[in-house]
Amino acid sequence: MNTNQKNGEVRIGFYICHCGHNIAGMVDCPAVAQYAAKLPGVVVSRDYKYMCSDPGQELIQQDIREHQLNRVVVASCSPLLHEHTFRNAVAAGGLNPFYFQMVNIREHDSWVTADRGQATAKAKSLAHAAIRRVRFHRALETTRAPIHPDVLVVGGGISGIHAALTVANAGKKVFLVERNPSIGGHMAQFDKTFPTLDCAACILTPKMSAVRSHENITLWTYSEVVKVSGYVGNYTVTVRRRPRYVNEELCVGCLECITACVFKEPKFADEFNVGLSKRKPIYIPFAQAVPPVVVIDPERCLQVRTGKCKKTCLEACADRHAIDFAQKEELVEIKVGNIIIATGFKLFDAKRLPQYGYGRYPNVLTAIEVERYVNSSGPTAGEIVLRDGRHPKSVGFILCVGSRDMKTNRWCSRTCCMHSMKLAQLVREHTDADVTVFYMDIRAPGKGYEEFYDKSLAEGIQFVRGRVAEVTDWALSPEEEGKLVMRVEDTLAGFVRRVPVDMIVLAAGMEPQADSQDVRRLFNMSCGTEGWFLEKHPKLAPVSTFTDGVFIAGCCQGPKDIPDSVAQAGAAAAEAMALIDKGYIEQEPNTAYIVEADCCGCKSCLPLCPYTAITFEETKQKAQINQALCKGCGTCVAACPSGSIKQNLFEDEEIFSEIEGVLNYA
Amino acid sequence: MKYSYFPGCSLKGLGRAYEESLLPVMRHLGVELAELNDWNCCGATAYMSVDESMAAVLAARNLAIAEKAGPEDLLTPCSACYLVLNKTKHNITDYPEINATVRKALAGAHLTYSGKVPVRHPLDVLINDVGLDVIKEKVVRPLKGLKVAPYYGCQIVRPYATFDDAWNPTTMDRLLATLGAEVVDYPLKTKCCGGSLTGTVPEAGLRLTYILLKEAVRRGADVIATVCPLCQFNLDAYHDQIDRRWEPARVATVYFTQLMGLAFGLPPEQLGLKRNMVAMKPLPAEPAKVKV
Repeated sequence: MNTNQKNGEVRIGFYICHCGHNIAGMVDCPAVAQYAAKLPGVVVSRDYKYMCSDPGQELIQQDIREHQLNRVVVASCSPLLHEHTFRNAVAAGGLNPFYFQMVNIREHDSWVTADRGQATAKAKSLAHAAIRRVRFHRALETTRAPIHPDVLVVGGGISGIHAALTVANAGKKVFLVERNPSIGGHMAQFDKTFPTLDCAACILTPKMSAVRSHENITLWTYSEVVKVSGYVGNYTVTVRRRPRYVNEELCVGCLECITACVFKEPKFADEFNVGLSKRKPIYIPFAQAVPPVVVIDPERCLQVRTGKCKKTCLEACADRHAIDFAQKEELVEIKVGNIIIATGFKLFDAKRLPQYGYGRYPNVLTAIEVERYVNSSGPTAGEIVLRDGRHPKSVGFILCVGSRDMKTNRWCSRTCCMHSMKLAQLVREHTDADVTVFYMDIRAPGKGYEEFYDKSLAEGIQFVRGRVAEVTDWALSPEEEGKLVMRVEDTLAGFVRRVPVDMIVLAAGMEPQADSQDVRRLFNMSCGTEGWFLEKHPKLAPVSTFTDGVFIAGCCQGPKDIPDSVAQAGAAAAEAMALIDKGYIEQEPNTAYIVEADCCGCKSCLPLCPYTAITFEETKQKAQINQALCKGCGTCVAACPSGSIKQNLFEDEEIFSEIEGVLNYA
Repeated sequence: MKYSYFPGCSLKGLGRAYEESLLPVMRHLGVELAELNDWNCCGATAYMSVDESMAAVLAARNLAIAEKAGPEDLLTPCSACYLVLNKTKHNITDYPEINATVRKALAGAHLTYSGKVPVRHPLDVLINDVGLDVIKEKVVRPLKGLKVAPYYGCQIVRPYATFDDAWNPTTMDRLLATLGAEVVDYPLKTKCCGGSLTGTVPEAGLRLTYILLKEAVRRGADVIATVCPLCQFNLDAYHDQIDRRWEPARVATVYFTQLMGLAFGLPPEQLGLKRNMVAMKPLPAEPAKVKV
């Protein structure tokens, strides 16, 4: 064979890993090693308990030296896990790292096969394929591409804020893009935070201001990412900046325009107070909003909608000229090297569980509504009231609303036990109401959380274990007249109870954002079945995604509380900075190349390349591939009618001999 | 508009007032009902609990006859029949072993089953096929001032909520409002009437019946409208026992089709109203026409 001649005598070392019981429990590893030893070209064939261990790697290096090996095959786990480990071992032994081939007999064999005979046979066939393939491998060099040092953070909740500040404090430039008119996210709506009961605004607003004043952060609110292209280190991102009809630089947040608006009374549901109060078409999202400037709601503003308004806001703004109805939507393109996604969650819509009467009984509220009521800047300035203005004498909390439920969402939302206990304590503080919490299990696993549960008990909050079946207003006894009645099986006492209360608080769980699938596609991430963004490894790469240079933090990855969100945000920032400080990324040499003599100049490959890496040399009438742009997708290789396009690591001889190896291993 | 019609045993016996009102009302709306030839017992809920496969055979025979009779949807007014026939359709599709048993048994009677015939409830047909606008046109004696508690019972929306919501159904509410009635907010609209427990474990069953009646009275209902023969019977027949155990909770329970008949101006004596044990109060007087 000509390749054989070109490469001289082929001397292959074959190693099969037991991976403890992971592989050896199902595959007869010594038998596979004995089988491989007899194959042409194999000089050394060994089985070993842990190939990835230091002694395992030593073994390869020693054999390369002693037996003059020039090819290495390791049959073990997924290349995703240890291909780099073994390539490095091969390089340390003095060989080009691409004279190596890995065989996955764990994920592809021992873990998914139930019969030992079949599993061993499959391992042999895969080993045979790799041994036949590796003979055609060539020495290749990786290339290095520089990393753009700027970072994009998507989402301005506590996770995005913390990630942006961490990266910016390290001296890197950050673009923080937030969809809403202000950053702050859900945390800005909270009154207190568990388990320390410190004021949410007091700990959040300094961070929000820091974002605004930070020289390394460019903050774009009311904006969304619409397009992403490129790859790790070199992303090109298009951001759509919606017009807020107010010049952020000129507005000083005096709010005169709001007073002057032709709408004399606030008329429209205020998003920040979840509809419990009203705002005007021109408004500031909340007192501590960042940026601290007003925004005009284009759906509501007369001038924007109809062009016919007295524009009293303009008069009020006078010579500041901050209000600008000529603002148009803008598309801005930026270059970044890394992206941190912190797009958060949405609350479960409690109307989806009609048995709890949300939307039907006015005094059935969600936890976030009560959160706004307790807050001193909320719709009642901190008073907890029934919808008719009375103070409740008794309040019931229903946990797991839209969580741990086969009919809605199966997952635990992780924060509801704690935030319900927090609100229960606050209700006790603000009123003299009796408070009862109906739970399935109290999950208080964080630092200081169990103590917080103890404190709730000590403060006289009652806990009833049982999932509430329904909330109703039909009365069975005089005590129930005019009350909301919860029907629940008390699973500790062992009987069905009817508990009349004045107010019911539903601990609605967390769900992926409504457009999480679009965002997932935009950034080329994966989702679990539930719709949360998928981390690369649940334990060992919890903030990485399967796309290099795209990291996730906070609740977009799954429900979590503030401490966990902040920890993840810090981790994502560190991962991004590690890449930036390394300065370059190593690119696999799996690029396509053209054998110029065979190219017939038909140009069929040109429109196929998704990375515009192929150009046409008019003078020679030949196609050319830019190695720096090629991502090795192989589309042009398959399409070339003359067979003149080849791909490193996927040469025809390599693939065909691998297939033959699988088909006739015996 | 034409439907096959499966009355079931109740509509020929204790619940005959339902059929007596359903047939003229449907005729009045131009809906043609063709009673299935040689229909048999649906098996009711009891047989399903004893032997699921054989219960499916029994019910499937009716479905097969309906299929043979023509392509029309099958109308089943009784809640138990409606549920059992629908459940049988599901079971035949979902469980191959039940499917095999049913096919074999039907073949013995030279019948086949393809699953094509939809089993429909009159409320579904009235709202979705006939339409409230058509019904409104037929109202000559609006039920103005009549406070009605709409009571759906358990079976027509559970477990299959096909044409209405399982927790808060509203089709009958909308229908009654179209007739001009004042629909009472009745949160017990899908709660248990006691079912057969009123006869077997009266302490449990009658309590449930009592709760339904008491709440209807508490909310000022003049009458309870129902869709189910068993519900109607339970709410109508046990008042003496309820009086003895708790307190009187007198309110009449009638079929929604009887109220439709009244609103359409059909003669009350032809609507089976005299069969009630607790008689329905006369309709409130129509508001006097204002003369200008």
